[in-house]
Amino acid sequence: MTKRTAMSSAAVIAILTFANLTHAQLGFRRQPGAVYDVDFEGKKSGAAPRRSLAGIWEFANGGAEGIQADGVKAMPSDGKPEHELPFTPEGRAAFTSNKPTYGFTAVPSALTNDPMPGCDPQGFPRIVLHNAHTEQFLQTSTQVVILYQFNKKWRVIWTDGRALPKDPESPGWAIKDAPPPEPRWWGYSVGKWVDDYTFVAESNGFDDRTWLDNAGRPHSTVMRVVETYRRVDADHLEKTITIDDPKFYTRPWVALDRLRYRLQSPSLEIPEQECVPSETAKYNRLFANPAAGVDDSVK
Amino acid sequence: MRNRLIMVVAATLAFPILSAPLSAHHSNAAFDAGKRLSVTGIVTEWFWANPHCLLSLDVKDGSGQVVRWIVETQAPPNMIPFGWSKQSFKPGDEVTITLEPARSGKPVGRLLRAVFADGRTLLPGGSAGGTVQ
Repeated sequence: MTKRTAMSSAAVIAILTFANLTHAQLGFRRQPGAVYDVDFEGKKSGAAPRRSLAGIWEFANGGAEGIQADGVKAMPSDGKPEHELPFTPEGRAAFTSNKPTYGFTAVPSALTNDPMPGCDPQGFPRIVLHNAHTEQFLQTSTQVVILYQFNKKWRVIWTDGRALPKDPESPGWAIKDAPPPEPRWWGYSVGKWVDDYTFVAESNGFDDRTWLDNAGRPHSTVMRVVETYRRVDADHLEKTITIDDPKFYTRPWVALDRLRYRLQSPSLEIPEQECVPSETAKYNRLFANPAAGVDDSVK
Repeated sequence: MRNRLIMVVAATLAFPILSAPLSAHHSNAAFDAGKRLSVTGIVTEWFWANPHCLLSLDVKDGSGQVVRWIVETQAPPNMIPFGWSKQSFKPGDEVTITLEPARSGKPVGRLLRAVFADGRTLLPGGSAGGTVQ
């Protein structure tokens, strides 16, 4: 190999290396059959359709965007002052009592009290703030229905003009003769178009056993969640999630900030991904407990 | 000699990309971050399941004793894009695993690379941007 060839080879390897690093830093991951913005570089999207969220949506910049292992994307639990959440004393106590497996307060998997690894419902908004994947939106005259990949869950956002339950801790649904609902894993959601390209949904009535994210951020039963969907153009949707929980946080804060999704082919198959209690038990016995030095035989 | 040095430097630059931490949803806290072990053994089970897939293999230690190692990867939907499947391993396969071991000292760890006897290699995905070679 000549000196010039060696230098060229080294340069190519270095360029490929740093190109890979950029991808790695972006968290790029390709869902089978999905398309991403990187596939359409230099091509312009058409105009956004009016008042439409319908379709299958995948993270525009790669499937790993939704993992959010260390906590919500806009405010990861990394110990940095700029990512410190505005806890009330009660909220901080709840956060301290949670033992997450990621973030700067992480414990080994075998020592966590995270409800999700045991296959309890992750609920909303955790479904979009941790381990989020491809979503499909169905739109009818009275509902926006969102189908989520993880655990094959779905939720309804009512668009028939009903109001949110007035008292989130003892909610009464607005429809005449409907039974009074109880706090629940997925809350109650209503939404409306505020202009032809912006849909805003509000949710309350949450069961406080769920966590907000993978880093153990808590919420109370009085939490209100605001989802803002902005249809940017024919191929893109931006999602913003704001948490408003005056019992646990001194002010509303943004958990997802205009996260960008790309519209997919209507024939894209969303993979199956279930939390299976028997598989989780085997995982803990074979792996998580030995990794943490926990002795199964004393249980 | 100098040419070879250049290549070694380039390869060294590339290695951290291949060995970057996984983007998993189970804890890093139990693992000895940055430490690497390589073990060669015979596959006894490939558990293609949630929350994370597990590979079990029997490895002979320095004294000839067989030790059952268990290494984790990620959830199936997060592995499929990088060429993994339920058929990636079968009992009896010989594989060499590079792993990040648990701090507990037990024979468990996180899989960073799997090399089959015929040279085929599987790398995990996640933020490492893994590929099949």
